[in-house]
Amino acid sequence: MTENRNVKIKVEKLSLIFGKNKESALNLLNQGCSKAEILEKTKCTVGVDRASFEIYEGEVFVIMGLSGSGKSTLLRCINRLHKPTCGHIYINNEDITTKTNKELLEIRRTEMSMVFQNFGLLPHRTIWENAAFGLEIKNEKTGVRHEKAIEALHTVGLDGYENQYPKSLSGGMQQRVGLARAIANNPEVLLMDEAFSALDPLIKSDMQDELLDIQNKLHKTIVFITHDLDEAIKLGDRIAIMKDGVIEQLGTAEEIITSPASEYVQAFVEKVDRKTIITAGTLMFQKPVTLLIEKDGPEGALRKMKTESLEVLPVVDKNKKFVGFVWMNDVIHAAKQKHLDLVSVVKTDVPSIHKNYTVEEMLPLISEVRTPLAVVDETNGRLLGVVTQPSLIIESTRFDNEDEISELKEQAKEYFKWKK
Amino acid sequence: MEKIINIGKYIEIAINFLEEHLSFLWNAIDNLITWTVDSMNSLFLNIPFWLFMLIVAAIGYWAKSGKTAFNKSGIKKASGITLFIFIGLVLIYLMGYWKEAIETTTLVLVSTFIALLLGIPIGILSAKSSLANAIIRPVLDFMQTMPAFVYLIPAIFFFSVGNSPGVIATVIFSLPPAVRLTSLGIKNVAGEVVEAGHAYGATENQILFKIQLPLAMPTILAGVNQVILLALSMVVIASMVGARGLGSIVYQGIQQNNIAKGFESGLGIVILAIILDRITQAFGNKK
Ligand SMILES: Nc1ncnc2c1ncn2[C@@H]1O[C@H](COP(=O)(O)OP(=O)(O)O)[C@@H](O)[C@H]1O
Ligand SMILES: [Mg+2]
Repeated sequence: MTENRNVKIKVEKLSLIFGKNKESALNLLNQGCSKAEILEKTKCTVGVDRASFEIYEGEVFVIMGLSGSGKSTLLRCINRLHKPTCGHIYINNEDITTKTNKELLEIRRTEMSMVFQNFGLLPHRTIWENAAFGLEIKNEKTGVRHEKAIEALHTVGLDGYENQYPKSLSGGMQQRVGLARAIANNPEVLLMDEAFSALDPLIKSDMQDELLDIQNKLHKTIVFITHDLDEAIKLGDRIAIMKDGVIEQLGTAEEIITSPASEYVQAFVEKVDRKTIITAGTLMFQKPVTLLIEKDGPEGALRKMKTESLEVLPVVDKNKKFVGFVWMNDVIHAAKQKHLDLVSVVKTDVPSIHKNYTVEEMLPLISEVRTPLAVVDETNGRLLGVVTQPSLIIESTRFDNEDEISELKEQAKEYFKWKK
Repeated sequence: MEKIINIGKYIEIAINFLEEHLSFLWNAIDNLITWTVDSMNSLFLNIPFWLFMLIVAAIGYWAKSGKTAFNKSGIKKASGITLFIFIGLVLIYLMGYWKEAIETTTLVLVSTFIALLLGIPIGILSAKSSLANAIIRPVLDFMQTMPAFVYLIPAIFFFSVGNSPGVIATVIFSLPPAVRLTSLGIKNVAGEVVEAGHAYGATENQILFKIQLPLAMPTILAGVNQVILLALSMVVIASMVGARGLGSIVYQGIQQNNIAKGFESGLGIVILAIILDRITQAFGNKK
């Protein structure tokens, strides 16, 4: 799916060295020296170390990492507030590392806007003047400026504040102004550097929702920096994890959580509430053994159950559409009664789920009905796989919440009792 | 003791050279300053005392009360400064030094204006360029440690006696805080706000005029306040090269050993200092 999306920003072997002795630092870097070694030998700091990645049009791309890992530096290469030491950045297939200063001003005025951690508002300007700042820099007429600023303030939910000053607003509201300033310019790319990190948790969560809402309406390409994995997961279509200037891993939240590429990534991931991330798509057994409702009878079903040593099997129709589950006990009963098909014993009132269901959403389903969960295609209802209770429970017991673990262990005990 | 190097001699040669070859420039500056000071003096002295006093009091009141000028809290805030302006100026008038006080005020205003005209751009330069800063800082240190009297010598040399050398010496003496505080104010503007300017594609000029200078304004105004007070503290010394005003009365008082004269004119200077200080401070605090 992602292969045929438009690449908006392409970063190619980008490195940035802070300090005077860039050449020799770069050489050492290419020889494989670490950031610390290079700092010791050349007094140069490695900001970004040979980063390569692509950002697709319309996606929220999150860059995550501990403080000092080079996130801000990388972001500032994209709008060329920093000049990369080597490597290339293409925006809409144009290399911006070779642009003149004048061309760069134009790019910053039209193609991308930035949102800052501490808002970066002008205290001597009113809210609407702040929101119109980018337009003012572009020398737009006052009337147009005012109109666009008011519209942007409306988009971020700040109607009626236009004539106040930033200091009379709360942090969350000030950042809305920062967001309005970015949107008013109508750029294609939004660069957000820890935009919500300075806010209280509740406000932060509100702002994240607000951003997602706005993104649903405007479909910008957003590069979002954070050091908070929960935020990265909530906002990011894809996440890049940085350490010492290196992109350690790049993928969807789920890819990163299910297979962390390094200990550093693992350390991030451990703190995360897995049950909101892990989905049915990851947990399910693909291509399970199935029974065909039109064809298989009780005898055939029993044979399959024996060879697979399973006592529950999913039943599908000839279009592979999920019908229900059959249990061994019922099938034996039907065989004794010499039924020729499974129609009388298949249980159709079982829950079926989609691939993107999270563990959190699946848990209530298994505690109600003791069946595996059938994962079906959203559009045509075809059976894609089965999530068994043990795998769900094993996944769930990785939570660090004590109460939840003991509760789940109880459930598991009951489950195994029932199985015998 | 024997002199081995003669730095003073080289300075003298340099100053002689400048005096000879740029005399048209010194004449032009001299004429401009003399003309400005004379016209301002005659303008101010043509205003009746009571009207002048009302105008100053109104400025003081407005500076202090600002937006609250027309309600009770404004009156409460600004009544002190207004009352002081009335009493102070009446006292100067009654002591018979009104003309001298005006002359001193003119001298201070003209010197301050020139000092800011030079000092603020130099301050901007030193904030923006570390090379310029490396050159300007030691020069400022030098200017501030040099005894004020020393500035009289080149001033007299280029401009003979009168108000012009007084103004020039005063400008040199009061320039450093204008430079320093402008530079400090600009450097203290939060990095993120300036970065926001860059990120939205602002030119250096847009950043200076839309972000840095407005945000540095309170600090720059503190600099203006200091320039004014330094200029005022220079009036007695400036009177030694012929500058007119309260300073020259103090100087006469010293020469004639006349305690009464010295005290009265000194008191006049203190009153002017307090009025100018409070008014400029009030403007600075408004932001
Ligand atoms: N202007 C600079 N000069 C020198 N070193 C810098 C500069 N800016 C950042 N660094 C260094 O580069 C590294 C990456 O910093 P930064 O991009 O700010 O990290 P992050 O945003 O992930 O916290 C850090 O080691 C930091 O000390
Ligand atoms: Mg950062």
